[in-house]
Amino acid sequence: MDVQIALLLAQDGLTNGAIYALLALAIVLVFVVTRVLWVPQGEFVSYGALTLASLQLGKVPGTVWLLVCAGLATALVDGVVAVREGRLRRMPRSLLANVVLPLALAALATWLAPRNPPLLVQILLTIALIVPLGAMVYRLAFQPLQRASVLVLLIVSVAVHFAMQGLGLVFFGPEGARTPAFTDVRFELGVMTVSGQSLLVIGASVFLIVVLYLFFERTIYGKALRATAVNRTGARLVGISTSLAGKLTFTLAAGIGAVSGILIAPIATIYYDSGFLIGLKGFVGSVVGAIVSYPLAALGAVLVGMLESFGSFYASALKEVIVFTALLPVLIWLSLRSRHVEEDDEE
Amino acid sequence: MNAQRLLSLAALALLVIAPLVVSEFSVTLLNYIGLASLVAIGCSLLTGVGGLTSFGQAAFVGLGAYTTAVLTTQFGWSPWLTLPAGLALTAMVAMLLALITLRLSGHFLPVGTIAWGISLYYLFANVDGLGGQTGITGVPPLQVADHVLNTGREFYYLVWFFVVLALIAVRNLLDSRPGRAIRALRGGITMAESCGVDTQHYRAVIFLLSALVACLSGWLYAHLIRFVNPSPFSINLSIEYLFMAVIGGASHVWGAVVGATVLTVLKQWLQDILPRLIHASGNFETIVFGLLMVLLLQRARTGIMPLLARFLPLDRPVRVPALDAGAARQDAPLGARERPLAGELLLEVRDVVRRFGGLVAVNRISFEMRAGEILGLIGPNGAGKSTLFNLITGVLAPSAGEVWLRGERIDRLRSRQIAQRGVARTFQHVQLRPAMSVIENVAIGAHLRAGGGVIGAALRLDRRSEASILREARRQLERVGLGAELLVPAGSLPLGSQRILEVARALTADPMLLLLDEPAAGLRYQEKRALADLLLRLRGEGVTILLVEHDMDFVMNLVDRLVVMQFGEQIATGLPAQIQADPAVIEAYLGGVE
Repeated sequence: MDVQIALLLAQDGLTNGAIYALLALAIVLVFVVTRVLWVPQGEFVSYGALTLASLQLGKVPGTVWLLVCAGLATALVDGVVAVREGRLRRMPRSLLANVVLPLALAALATWLAPRNPPLLVQILLTIALIVPLGAMVYRLAFQPLQRASVLVLLIVSVAVHFAMQGLGLVFFGPEGARTPAFTDVRFELGVMTVSGQSLLVIGASVFLIVVLYLFFERTIYGKALRATAVNRTGARLVGISTSLAGKLTFTLAAGIGAVSGILIAPIATIYYDSGFLIGLKGFVGSVVGAIVSYPLAALGAVLVGMLESFGSFYASALKEVIVFTALLPVLIWLSLRSRHVEEDDEE
Repeated sequence: MNAQRLLSLAALALLVIAPLVVSEFSVTLLNYIGLASLVAIGCSLLTGVGGLTSFGQAAFVGLGAYTTAVLTTQFGWSPWLTLPAGLALTAMVAMLLALITLRLSGHFLPVGTIAWGISLYYLFANVDGLGGQTGITGVPPLQVADHVLNTGREFYYLVWFFVVLALIAVRNLLDSRPGRAIRALRGGITMAESCGVDTQHYRAVIFLLSALVACLSGWLYAHLIRFVNPSPFSINLSIEYLFMAVIGGASHVWGAVVGATVLTVLKQWLQDILPRLIHASGNFETIVFGLLMVLLLQRARTGIMPLLARFLPLDRPVRVPALDAGAARQDAPLGARERPLAGELLLEVRDVVRRFGGLVAVNRISFEMRAGEILGLIGPNGAGKSTLFNLITGVLAPSAGEVWLRGERIDRLRSRQIAQRGVARTFQHVQLRPAMSVIENVAIGAHLRAGGGVIGAALRLDRRSEASILREARRQLERVGLGAELLVPAGSLPLGSQRILEVARALTADPMLLLLDEPAAGLRYQEKRALADLLLRLRGEGVTILLVEHDMDFVMNLVDRLVVMQFGEQIATGLPAQIQADPAVIEAYLGGVE
């Protein structure tokens, strides 16, 4: 391997690593706020990539139907609870968020799709179609289980992965899709050719991380989420609803997933089930920070990207083996650092 | 013959007759159910009983299948030799994974096994010697004596022989000393460790067992299908095995078989019907499984077995041994402790400090306890009493200071090691296993007084020692006044009785130092008197007692000396009469006179 190849691989690794880092951050966020080990983060990635790909082909993306169905299911569950608890006053809000908004988005997407809108509009529409799914997933799967153990939440998370992956197959079909590159620009930097695409991905990731940082540091909602992460009961006592925190968290996770999907769409061919492995690579990254530290998670994710990139150069068939086996030394390291852990589980 | 045994025999008879009367297709399905049941039995033990999760079970199945496929086709080994080889390999991998993940919190085992499951899958698919995606063909059939198991019907009996064997072994195991330790894992490590249970060891044991049955299933699979390729060993299959365990629930060992049956049949049916409904091909059944799981965990987390148990006699009550001397003579004797002489220096707490961040919860507390005395530890709420308990029992380590027990420094020991040295405790917030019977909860306390491992328990070689453990548990329960409620679920007792149950559990450990954290809370007057009498009798037997309690009448009439704490500080130490007259104590309790 010469320097040129090494630099090229590093660039690839960094590009993928930047996307994994976004996913790792979402996974850490979901875990610290809701205690859910969020395995299906990758599903949002496939949804994002495949939605954008459909829009570029001038087709109405399957996400439209998925969103409308999920919204109706959510409104139905809300409705049943509202009737049972005699709190019908809450229903207009739920109907607005879960029925009116999805229908409006569906109408917009159906109208826009065949008209070949500019790329930026396609991207915004993709994000808009996927972001509401986050809160719906939380409402349907996790809100009734707020007091359940990490173990139960994990099994539910895996179940949601099963459902979301299967629904991806129904709504997007088995064909893969790859979108054209956002830009063909290339820069010569000494011996290295830097692709504009890579810069765009890395730049977008860094930008999003900064936005998230500002959200958590500067806004009241961001602070509410941090408070919930530190102490759920304490946060409730000062008026931060666990359900609201959960919905907000999953909304953010869906948004991050959609953006990651849009970023990865021109880099790799994405199928309905590709997201799982991509999400798991974010997961591996987040384990470097023991699924609680944001900076270490991001760092870990970048390392995963690098490992994958160099691994595929040396033994292309075994790159997944290399990436996932690399988790074992990380776990050993974590294990050696920890004093014995006491944790209590429920019945 | 009781109803429970009758049902087992009926089920067994049905198993034997089934392949003779059903179609070839159904036999194939039953074989798959049997193979899945084996893996699900392991998952049920691991997840349902032990509270751990693995996403690598399908990979262990694959390890068993590939080991035998490679060794039989490429090296000409007999299948009966490849089974031990596969099991050994599986044991090595499982122990390695256990070693590196079980020291961390519970969610790192699933994370570690996801990595292992995916790695192995891609290894199967990409290593040339393993046949890649096309797999390995020509795996020889199994041969029992001179008989070759060529057909599904013949193979059926072998598969279900192993299933029944695994069921019996697991059922025996759970009803034993190591079994109770395993069942205590989910109730919080603190309680189990305080009874001397090495929780890491038992977590590793159940992970190992679940991996081994999975490997066995893989070995059978390879010789049934006579062909292996990577696809049945992917992580999705691991998730399905986990779902089987969840569907059945962990309340009965049969749950795994029920779960495996439901999921296998449902999958077959859905794969048939869904593609026609959707007009496309694909694994749409995952949607149904996913939604079903979410609903099940929201609505009926214990699975469908408790539902079945309402109609079928599935529950096997624990056999409670009689207390008469004749029966007791046959028991294996429980370990008994040599007692310190009355007045010997037993416990020494020297300048112990515990900080939580900026908060000093316990600040320079010092006192001694001599054998045979009752020391009361009192103070307003938040004074740091329970924290001090945790420091003495090794649940927390002190930030500074030392704790000595009979001339040995114990403040760096784990709570399990301190329990070994004869310290038993109860908890301010009751820690017991609500679904386990009262007597089994108390029997956990005797964990260190008897030996007996997993294999002995599975083979029922532990009955004498088991009888003596249960007899001791019963004796202590009669002593604290819970003798009438031996078999009810511990969670159904009123809170006051649950506290008394904890006292019995601590006594079953035959402690020389007993730490009681508010044992009288929630008791009625008569019950408090009975408790006080019991504690005085224990003192007479040479047991030393450290008591946290808020009821002053109870404390003042019982204890020999008192230590008073306020805001983490020790504000007074002395005889009850001195303490009652101490101005600092009066100020702490009643407020100062300005």
